[in-house]
Amino acid sequence: MSYEFDFAFLDEYGPELLRGVWLTLGMTAASVLPGFLLGTLCAVGRLYGPPWVRRVAIVYVEAIRNTPLVIQVFWLFFGLAVLQVRIGAFPAAVLALVINVGAYTAEIMRAGFESIPKGQVEAASCLALTRSQVIWGVQLPQAVERVYPALVSQFVLMMLATSIMSQISAEELTGVAYQIQAFTFRGFEVYLVIAGIYVALAAALRLVLLGCATVAFPRRRRLGTPL
Amino acid sequence: MPDVTWLGLTWDQLLFIFRGAGWTLVLSLLGFLGGTLVGLPLALARAKRKGGAGSWLLRHGAGAYVALVQGVPLPVIMFVVYFGVSIGGFEVPALAAAGLAMTLWSGAYLGEIWRGCIQAVPRTQWEAAECLALSPLQRFVHVILPQALRIAVPPTVGFLVQIVKNTSYSVVIGFFDLTYSAKVINNATYKPFQVFTIAALIYFAICYPMSVMSRRFEARMRRA
Amino acid sequence: MDATLIADAPAAATDRETMVRFEDVRKAFGTVEVLRGISLEVHRGDVTVLIGRSGSGKSTALRCINGLETINGGRLTVCGRKLHEPGVDLRALRQEVGIVFQSYNLFPHLTAAQNVMLAPRKVKRIGIREARELAREVLAQVGLADKAEAYPEQLSGGQQQRVAIARSLAMHPRLILFDEVTSALDPELTGEVLRVIERLAQGGMTMVLVTHEMGFARSVADQLVFMHQGTVWEAGSGDILRDPQTPELRQFVGNGL
Repeated sequence: MSYEFDFAFLDEYGPELLRGVWLTLGMTAASVLPGFLLGTLCAVGRLYGPPWVRRVAIVYVEAIRNTPLVIQVFWLFFGLAVLQVRIGAFPAAVLALVINVGAYTAEIMRAGFESIPKGQVEAASCLALTRSQVIWGVQLPQAVERVYPALVSQFVLMMLATSIMSQISAEELTGVAYQIQAFTFRGFEVYLVIAGIYVALAAALRLVLLGCATVAFPRRRRLGTPL
Repeated sequence: MPDVTWLGLTWDQLLFIFRGAGWTLVLSLLGFLGGTLVGLPLALARAKRKGGAGSWLLRHGAGAYVALVQGVPLPVIMFVVYFGVSIGGFEVPALAAAGLAMTLWSGAYLGEIWRGCIQAVPRTQWEAAECLALSPLQRFVHVILPQALRIAVPPTVGFLVQIVKNTSYSVVIGFFDLTYSAKVINNATYKPFQVFTIAALIYFAICYPMSVMSRRFEARMRRA
Repeated sequence: MDATLIADAPAAATDRETMVRFEDVRKAFGTVEVLRGISLEVHRGDVTVLIGRSGSGKSTALRCINGLETINGGRLTVCGRKLHEPGVDLRALRQEVGIVFQSYNLFPHLTAAQNVMLAPRKVKRIGIREARELAREVLAQVGLADKAEAYPEQLSGGQQQRVAIARSLAMHPRLILFDEVTSALDPELTGEVLRVIERLAQGGMTMVLVTHEMGFARSVADQLVFMHQGTVWEAGSGDILRDPQTPELRQFVGNGL
């Protein structure tokens, strides 16, 4: 068997690929912060909320974590279409990603909150801080710092998961690849290139997020201690 | 006039979805077995602490493979395998391509999980076994492996959940699984909430018990 | 030592305001009775030291004072607030009663100055300028003016504990509780913390201490309370250590000194 590799499509479809990369990054960037906020609210609700909030949080987290993202995306996208709600593929994709990553973030943040020594909460409440001042001012910063590496991994995974969004015709990188291979019949080469791009994106995103840590955690910056 | 039964779907349509669910289980099993075949050697190669140049190469080769796979989305791996096997002139069924892709993917993650488990066995255990004049292989089989296996149960069961969920990505190469069958029925009935809720419930019914089990095992281990 | 002068002064002058009053206070954890009816008064400006074996109830008694433990029986009045009645405003209480813990419990993500400023800023809502001034002042009081920008993990145990004391002082409490504050410290670091407490005592701060440092207890205490099996077994001035009335205290002193 002999196969002639042909990467000529790169010249012609370079701009297309770039547009795909751009959309992939856009989806990721738009989802990180809302996903983190949703997850954190959920973790706090589950740990310290009234019983009904806890129940809602548990159902949400378990439902999302035990079903595939693709099904969640289809449910949302085709469901919205049936309800005559037209929000477009990109917003639908971002919405699905936020809901999905929020559930995983909730579990990570919960672990973070639970890992903080009880003495911290005790000391803070003995300084007459209110319950919510203790949660947001004392516990949250420490929890985020403790689980930051896990959060970074989760958001890298989320970036990779955007590759499914071409299924709802959001033409991100994988979707662009599909079109290119349909024109060029060079599926193998196209997806090898795409795979390489994702590896680079994953590494870059990891670097950027870890870079954010030095801004977010002045203590780390000063002491030079790794996360 | 189709006999409408449950949530506005006919028995045939429900059955169709359940047939897809069957193939999801088949692909999951393939993915786990294949992943074990790939992941075990990876874990061993990466967990090795000392050795010559050969083992250095092995360790870093395995490490590079894991890093590479973990940087590529599973749908893209599906496509690479799908187009990769077909350039050889082979016409492979989607199951084979999806199974191979799941194998490559889950192998990397399982390898990483199990490496952690092997390395979680205290160093002193190796030393103690060495002092008993056991050969390197005996040390591993009789002392390290049994302990590592115990540690490996909760994360492995937890990863099974990931495998089952991620088989859904095979929809991109048109493998007939639960997600694909649900999509087909949705296209036919235009009842996305009903159809995808049913699909989600089936996935949930498979995954949730394993999630609970994984947590229980972990809690039990922490107590011990 | 200067502090002996204070210790030798007449204890518990009755004309001074009573800051803490235990009346037959009981506390149980499940079926284990930790406090079996203790009665005790702490007057303004006094240093009260609780001593006793571990499990004697002294730490629990201390923790009841700022509501970290709720009592099961009897009456407990702190700064005029009746802790035995439902609906006590714990946050208001804790603005008047500070506490320093054995394990410092500094907030690791904040600098020494930020640790000190947190509660005044968030609870008393003072401005940032004023808060900085306050931090400088209380850190100087514990001899750590130069460590304001240091994070807890950059400080020794003794320094961390002094920051914890400063953090408590910053709320201008009327009463400070010290819960075995030197037990986690190396012997050579204990002295610097004890000196800070001594200085506070000389400055007239009302304090309740639980400690294992017998020499320090004797020298600093206006009122020394020996607790045994959840009761106040023997109480008096620092002199009770020199002349114990009960065999239990005699034995405890024999072991402790």
